[in-house]
Amino acid sequence: MSSFWEYANPVRFMQVSGRLLPITAVLAAACIVVSLIWGFFFTPDDFRQGSTVKILFLHVPSALMAINAWIMMLVTSLIWLIRRHHVSALAAKAAAPIGMMMTMIALFTGAIWGQPMWGTWWEWDPRLTSFLILFLFYIGYIALWSAIEDADTAADLTSVLCLVGSVFAVLSRYAANFWNQGLHQGASLSLAPGTRMDWAYKAPLYVAMTGFVILFVALVLAGTRTEVRARRMKALQARERMQA
Amino acid sequence: MMPDLGRYALEVSLAYIVSLALLAGLIAWVWWRNARVRRDLAELEARVRAAK
Repeated sequence: MSSFWEYANPVRFMQVSGRLLPITAVLAAACIVVSLIWGFFFTPDDFRQGSTVKILFLHVPSALMAINAWIMMLVTSLIWLIRRHHVSALAAKAAAPIGMMMTMIALFTGAIWGQPMWGTWWEWDPRLTSFLILFLFYIGYIALWSAIEDADTAADLTSVLCLVGSVFAVLSRYAANFWNQGLHQGASLSLAPGTRMDWAYKAPLYVAMTGFVILFVALVLAGTRTEVRARRMKALQARERMQA
Repeated sequence: MMPDLGRYALEVSLAYIVSLALLAGLIAWVWWRNARVRRDLAELEARVRAAK
C-alpha cells in the first residue's frame, strides 16, 4: 500500500489530480444542478419563512464550505510548517479564493434572507460578526501571498496567519452556541434528537451540501495544479535568467 | 414552470442569481487561470528545450 505522503510529490500529485479532476467536476455539477433545481422549484414554502426558505440551499452549503475551506487550509498549512511539503502549501493557497467566495455567498444570502425575516440586512450578532472577520482574514491571507516574492517565506507567513484565523473559523461555527445570543439561530442540521427540519428540505439540502463539498475539492485540485505549474514556471524562468 | 415565490420573489430570485453568478465567476476564473498558466508553461518548456 502506498503512503499518503507520496502525493506530496508534485509529479505524483499531478498524475492523481489529473485523473480525479474530471470525476469531481462532473459529480459536483450534477449534485449542485439537481439540488438547486429541486430546492428552487420543488420544495414547498415554509409556514413562517414563506419562499425565503429556498435561500437555505445556497446559504447553508456556502457557509459550511466557508468554514471548512479554512479548516482545510489550517491542516495543509500545518503540514507545510511541520513537513515542508510544497504541494500542501500550494493547496492552501489555492483554497483561499474559493473559501473567500463561499464566505461572500454566505454573507450575501444571509443578508438577503435576514432583511425580510429579521427586519435587517445586518446585525452585529456573534456569528455574523465572526463570519465577517473570517472574510477579512481570507482577503488578508490572499493579499499576503501576493505581497511576498519568495514562495517559501510567503508560505511560512500565510501559514501563521492561517493558524490565527482558525480562531474565527471555529467561532463562525460555534458562535451561536458559545454566546447563546444574537439573531442567528443554532445549527440547521443536527444529529441530536428532535431535529426540526422536515425531509422535504433536508433531502435537497444534503445533496446541495455534497455538491458544494465536491465542487470545493474539484476547484482546489484545479487551483493546486495551476500553482504547481506556476511554481515550475518560476523555477525555469530563474534558471533561464541565470544562464543568460 | 416558475414557482410562485409570493411576496419574497425579489429576495429569493436575487439570492439565486447573484450566488450562481459568483459561483460561475469563480469556476471561470479557476479554469481561465489554469489554462493560461498551462499554456505559458508549455511555451517556456518548449523555449528551454530549443535553447539546449
